[in-house]
Amino acid sequence: MIRALTLAALIFGAFVVLVPFLWMLALSLKAPDEIFTPTIDLIPNSLHWENYAVAFGRANLLRSLWNGAVVCAGILLLQTIFAVPCAFALAQRRFAGRGTVFGLVLAGLLVPFHVTAIPIFLGLAQVRLLDSYTALIAPFAASVFGIFLFRQAFAAMPTELFEAARVDGLSEPAIVWRIAFPLALPAATAFALFSVVAHWNDLFWPLIATSDPSLATPPRAILYFRDAESGAEVGALMAAAVVVVAPMVALFLVAQRRFVQGLAAGGLKG
Amino acid sequence: MSARRDALTTLGLVGPATAAMVFLIFLPVAVVAVLSFSDYQFGARALNWVGFDNYITLFTDPQARRAVTNTLIYAAVVIPGACILGLLAALGLHNLATRAPRLAAILRAAYFLPVAATLVAMAVAWQMLLHPNLGLVNQLLSMTGLPGQRWLSDRGLVLYTLAVIGIWQSLGYAMVLFLAGLAAIPQHLYDAAEVDGAGAGWDRFWTVTWPMLGPTTLFVLVIIATGAFRAFETVATLTKGGPAFASDVLVYAMYREGFVYFKAGYSAAITMVFFALTLTVTALKFRVLERRVHYR
Repeated sequence: MIRALTLAALIFGAFVVLVPFLWMLALSLKAPDEIFTPTIDLIPNSLHWENYAVAFGRANLLRSLWNGAVVCAGILLLQTIFAVPCAFALAQRRFAGRGTVFGLVLAGLLVPFHVTAIPIFLGLAQVRLLDSYTALIAPFAASVFGIFLFRQAFAAMPTELFEAARVDGLSEPAIVWRIAFPLALPAATAFALFSVVAHWNDLFWPLIATSDPSLATPPRAILYFRDAESGAEVGALMAAAVVVVAPMVALFLVAQRRFVQGLAAGGLKG
Repeated sequence: MSARRDALTTLGLVGPATAAMVFLIFLPVAVVAVLSFSDYQFGARALNWVGFDNYITLFTDPQARRAVTNTLIYAAVVIPGACILGLLAALGLHNLATRAPRLAAILRAAYFLPVAATLVAMAVAWQMLLHPNLGLVNQLLSMTGLPGQRWLSDRGLVLYTLAVIGIWQSLGYAMVLFLAGLAAIPQHLYDAAEVDGAGAGWDRFWTVTWPMLGPTTLFVLVIIATGAFRAFETVATLTKGGPAFASDVLVYAMYREGFVYFKAGYSAAITMVFFALTLTVTALKFRVLERRVHYR
């Protein structure tokens, strides 16, 4: 009896959590006259796919998806290039100042990005780089969380492995990228998922760094569309929302375990 | 390899990341701290030092103070809401997983979905869900004979509406962390509890599960708290801090004062207050992680 009640509560709770998704999906497929008759139908009378056509035509949606992909890929690439060698040195090399650098990494974990926004904005304005892909990507180059995560992965690897590679005459960068990095692929995947989700979904920085609509990332494009839309195109707006959410939901469903790992570890970041 | 070449190699590995950390994190933090004592405006050629004026305004001006108090109220609703619901979901799913692993996995994914979903897009969906005439919420209320509410434009209600969306968005995060904590509790403790007569239900929970979840719980509280202090997307999308500052929060006020009104100095002061708030909770986490509040 108690078991059955618990199960019912769990299923009901999950349904409630899913309602915003279902409502969004339902409205995105409803014709305007159906949207504007108050009903609680989650299932549209007929599938009004035109909403999606309107969304892609009107909202500069395609462009924003492309921008989102470019920005996420750029950030991830830059973060990896900076973080991996540093993390390797912290984990597998002894050098003067190692404690200081690691201290910086730990201190950096305490600083939310929002805190650095004003000076970074000033800096970008100074070099006239606002309203560019650079402005959207470069400020995130130093991922202390990435360094931390990769350092943990590298520290768990046997030092003899890298010693052997050094004896074989491999250069240090080659050891980092050809031996250590491939072995750290699970950590890399978790980090990549964390980074991509965070930056695809971010509104704060794109709102500050860009004002050119052609540089809008997906959340920004949703806002542009919402603000331009006077109420007649709710269906299309919901269709745009579905299109923006879909890649992250798909990513999550495909890589659930790594995804949760990345986000759970992300809790370290202040 | 010579010592010198070795040092150069190290520099090549560590240098870029260290420079990036200094220029993108630590230098900006120092600049924000300094700017917060000035009246600097974006685009201005000069600035005046105003001492603690910005901070005094933030804490004494009735309008400005709303950002601080609202952030605290918002957090005070979201933290217990997300943590308790997350814990309940985790407990239920943890037990269900032994009997029906498939179903448990599906339900877990459902609870976690809002964490991954783009919050701005979901906020737009919430806007329709909460629409005064056409929204599902008010229609359900009217079916049960209750009056509909203006969820996002009623001054007394709007902050709590946003907090509910905040709970919806973060309870899955709390849940996965609690699930990890539950999985780490060794079975023999439950066996021992059973011998001692605490075999079932809430007895079992209070004697074994809850004490063993101690460190996890603190970790979850801190993560949910820092997330709540950072509330921005829903405010920017749904209310812009309104009506009449009723849903103004720190990060949104920082954005508005700095990047809409260009009052960089004042915005920097808001930033520092936000930073102090998150630092306080995070410092708590590190202290606790060191002390390891365990019963072992």
